Amino acid sequence: MTDETTHALALVPEDLPKAEAFLKPHRIVLMLVFAGLIVAIAVFMRWDWLPRYLPRLGSGILVSLAMLFSTAILGFLLAVPLGLVQVTGPWFLKAPARLFCTVIRGTPLLLQLWLLYYGLGSLFPQFPAIRHSLLWPYLREAWPYGVAALTLSFAAYEGEVMRGAFAGVPQGELEAARAYGMGRWTTFRRIWLPRAVHRALPTLNGETVLQLKSTPLVATITVVDVYAVISKVRQETFLTYEPLLLLALIYLCLTGILVVAFRYFENRIPTRGA
Amino acid sequence: MAADSLINWSLLALAAPGWGGVLLQGFLHSIEIAIGGYALGLLLGVGGAFGKLYGGPVLRDLLECYTTIVRAVPELVLILLLYYAGTDLLNQFLGAMGIGTVDISGLMAGIFVIGVVQGAYSTEVLRGAIKAVPAGQIEAARAYGMSPTKVLRRITLPAMLPYAIPGLANLWLIATKDTALLAVVGFSELTLVTRQAAGTTKAYFLFFCAAGALYLVLTLVSNLFIGVIERHARRGFAERR
Repeated sequence: MTDETTHALALVPEDLPKAEAFLKPHRIVLMLVFAGLIVAIAVFMRWDWLPRYLPRLGSGILVSLAMLFSTAILGFLLAVPLGLVQVTGPWFLKAPARLFCTVIRGTPLLLQLWLLYYGLGSLFPQFPAIRHSLLWPYLREAWPYGVAALTLSFAAYEGEVMRGAFAGVPQGELEAARAYGMGRWTTFRRIWLPRAVHRALPTLNGETVLQLKSTPLVATITVVDVYAVISKVRQETFLTYEPLLLLALIYLCLTGILVVAFRYFENRIPTRGA
Repeated sequence: MAADSLINWSLLALAAPGWGGVLLQGFLHSIEIAIGGYALGLLLGVGGAFGKLYGGPVLRDLLECYTTIVRAVPELVLILLLYYAGTDLLNQFLGAMGIGTVDISGLMAGIFVIGVVQGAYSTEVLRGAIKAVPAGQIEAARAYGMSPTKVLRRITLPAMLPYAIPGLANLWLIATKDTALLAVVGFSELTLVTRQAAGTTKAYFLFFCAAGALYLVLTLVSNLFIGVIERHARRGFAERR
């Protein structure tokens, strides 16, 4: 009952104002006020620390983006079977998938992250088999736990979306495919999956923005993303506002770029007859 | 050593050596913040929605900035900004007024922070819901000679509820889970308490799973209530599906 509205909570492309209606007298005044505010912030606040931390900030942003895209892609790959078995699967696949989505969506991501990092992280070293395995150099680091937690979270939310999308593909199209003599796999590959992805695309944009907004959580398990770099700045310079304002600005820009990029791609996909 | 301490249930006992009581206390804190923040967010949301729909162009643009910024910046960053900057600004303001500084309790700060974040989202939900109310109903009410406040009270608010409730229900679930983020600024709600308990006893799995179960119970119970409320608000509508 509460599945279909998550995308309303993220920025969706329709939110952006149109260019032609943008410049009006009161908007120009407001923009001047904001420009004055920004100049005041730039002049009166302390920014002398910025050049020293610029390289680290750059690598932090790259880590955040790597987290975002790797987990979104992995999560989506996991979400497709999750959604599919909830629509067609036998009960012994349907029930676990449903349970997985409910549990992940019902608990905070921070808790899942800490469960994986502190829980599994404290459990793994006790098994010699894992300590001596090939994966151990990775399991000793923090980022695999971050990737795992973010991937599972994305998969659960997007799996629910894909369930709706798979169920929403008109039955007649699938019957038509069968009437053409397509096998089950071919039908899935040529008709069902593309149509479902197409239906889920607007929601996918919102989910990706939400995913970007949950990446800073990995900083709490010592992954050095942009949020962690800013925390470091705050510890070393004893400044309260400036680093946080810069961080907010960085995320605003990243979200803006993401939304605009998604709108560009969405416009390239023909929607006539959908 | 770890193998048997993994399922040492006595750690969850309510009395002093066990951590169950502490956990429940933290859970209570979480619920308090979620309810307070959600209520504040609803107030802001109603105001914001009406401002966006019926306000002047300047107010509308300012509200647009508010909702866009809140929805584009991660909650964790907003919580840090509002938590530190908000308390600091309030104290500076009170100092300038000559009243002197106050200590802001973590509870109030948490409610304020969650409320501001929720306000932006509920503004959007309520704006969409109000726009979904058929214009004819409002025109009919106006034709009956109802005053604007009466139209609001009798027509707009009740008629928008069925459209708003799925979004508002989602927001409630998000509010309950956003309280976990306050652990990062050191407020002792369920997640932070869990981490402390787990760190002290080294029984990470037990405590994190227990906390997860508490959150899950909260979500599932909320879902039951939401179902009842939704059925009540949608009475008279055609059954979906």
